[in-house]
Amino acid sequence: MKYPDFAYVRPASLGEALDCLQKYGDSAIPLAGGQSLLATLAMRLSSPEILVDITGLTELSEIAREGDTIRIGALVKHVQLLQSPIVRGATPLFTAALPHVAHVAIRNRGTFGGSLAFADPAAELPACLVALGGTLVLGSSAGRREIGAEDFFTGLLETDLRPGELILEARVPAQAPGSRWNFSELSRRHGDFPLAGLAAVMSPMSEARLVYLGCADRPKLATATAGMLRGASYPLKDVPGLAAALAEDLDPADTPGCSAETRLQLAGTLTYRVLNDLQEIPAR
Amino acid sequence: MTNEPKHSLTVECTVNGERVRREVPARRHLADFLREDLELTGTHLGCEHGVCGACSVLVDGAVVRSCLMLAVQAHGRRIETIEGLSDSGALKDLQTAFIERNAAQCGFCTAGMLLTAHQLTASGEAMTRPEIREYMSGNLCRCTGYHAIIDAVEAVLRSKSRTP
Ligand SMILES: Cc1cc2nc3c(=O)[nH]c(=O)nc-3n(C[C@H](O)[C@H](O)[C@H](O)COP(=O)(O)OP(=O)(O)OC[C@H]3O[C@@H](n4cnc5c(N)ncnc54)[C@H](O)[C@@H]3O)c2cc1C
Ligand code: FES
Ligand code: FES
Repeated sequence: MKYPDFAYVRPASLGEALDCLQKYGDSAIPLAGGQSLLATLAMRLSSPEILVDITGLTELSEIAREGDTIRIGALVKHVQLLQSPIVRGATPLFTAALPHVAHVAIRNRGTFGGSLAFADPAAELPACLVALGGTLVLGSSAGRREIGAEDFFTGLLETDLRPGELILEARVPAQAPGSRWNFSELSRRHGDFPLAGLAAVMSPMSEARLVYLGCADRPKLATATAGMLRGASYPLKDVPGLAAALAEDLDPADTPGCSAETRLQLAGTLTYRVLNDLQEIPAR
Repeated sequence: MTNEPKHSLTVECTVNGERVRREVPARRHLADFLREDLELTGTHLGCEHGVCGACSVLVDGAVVRSCLMLAVQAHGRRIETIEGLSDSGALKDLQTAFIERNAAQCGFCTAGMLLTAHQLTASGEAMTRPEIREYMSGNLCRCTGYHAIIDAVEAVLRSKSRTP
């Protein structure tokens, strides 16, 4: 369908964008890649009065390494993240997950910050950010604040973002030396949001960080499962207690075409597949 | 360009090498701008919400869905459509391969298929057949059953990676 009517403004700087969001309050909404927002307008699922186009804010479009921290600007496009040597070197979990994010034409416009703000529980990038223990930097005309990724996602398509606030960037710790990682998902068609997925990072000195996609209302660490697998011998096979641990960590929804029970089953399959294959991937 | 929210704006961009300047409603998407304002009807609209790929065009050389971009966002950009890329000969190999293999039936998806395939073959990246299928899987076709399309793309990709 055609989009509903709205007014459009393209601020020239971050300061101007934040002032604009502050000034128009609830009636304004940021427009980044538009790959979720414009689709929801086309389906008439939302009808904001004002779109504030932030795509011109080049200060939010950079990827940089500062010591052991990778800074990823909110307006970094999926394609840019996929091709970045910095990301591939320091946080290869992202590089492994990105080919699963939609298709090339969507990746050419969709942004990192847009994906985090949209907070789809089946989306790849929010899950990876939680698995990597990243932090978000948020800004408004009142100032800046930081929030851990796990606290940022508060529910189905819900985040801690307040009115007038923008995601400016994420700070992601480089994966520890000796760490291993793997990503996999099960979807009906390549590029679709998955029915279930798993982002995993394992470091020698700490517990596995496992984040399942599409199996709860938000991305979060599966701590019961990680605890249960502590000291397990690989390859994993028929682990007693895995199903119970997954049931404790996850809370999948019944959706048309995929029951909650099926999703839990898929999460189990992915646990074996991702963690066994992970042992074969050379450590960082 | 402007600092007050507006319902109608001026867009100035290059379309298939020609500079154009038009006043457009903010809510108009790029596909309608191309089809209705510029009468370039080779870009098709299928789903109009990002899932079928019929509306694919190039913006600054990158393939995008023109139903998920505002016309005003084309301001200052270089847009290329099936019309321009056909006339310039950029799609000649792909078009020949599509015709040879009967990879277009009703033709509704074809412009989008060609532009997506163009992005792939222009990158020169070597790919296996399953990888080509994945790459092209964001473009839907209701007629061909896909095999002929993948055959055509694979043939062009092979011939490109053979010529250094
Ligand atoms: C056909 C199709 C398939 C897709 N498949 C997948 C998939 O498999 N996996 C996946 O993860 N995604 C998928 N997507 C979504 C895609 O990744 C989007 O790009 C992403 O979800 C949103 O990013 P965007 O930049 O396009 O944001 P927009 O659509 O512009 O914005 C989305 C929301 O975030 C807000 N927002 C954007 N940027 C900021 C910011 N910096 N600060 C605060 N709020 C902000 C907007 O106001 C809006 O509410 C798909 C999209 C389509 C159309
Ligand atoms: S019409 Fe744009 S993707 Fe279907
Ligand atoms: S040829 Fe008819 S939709 Fe593809």
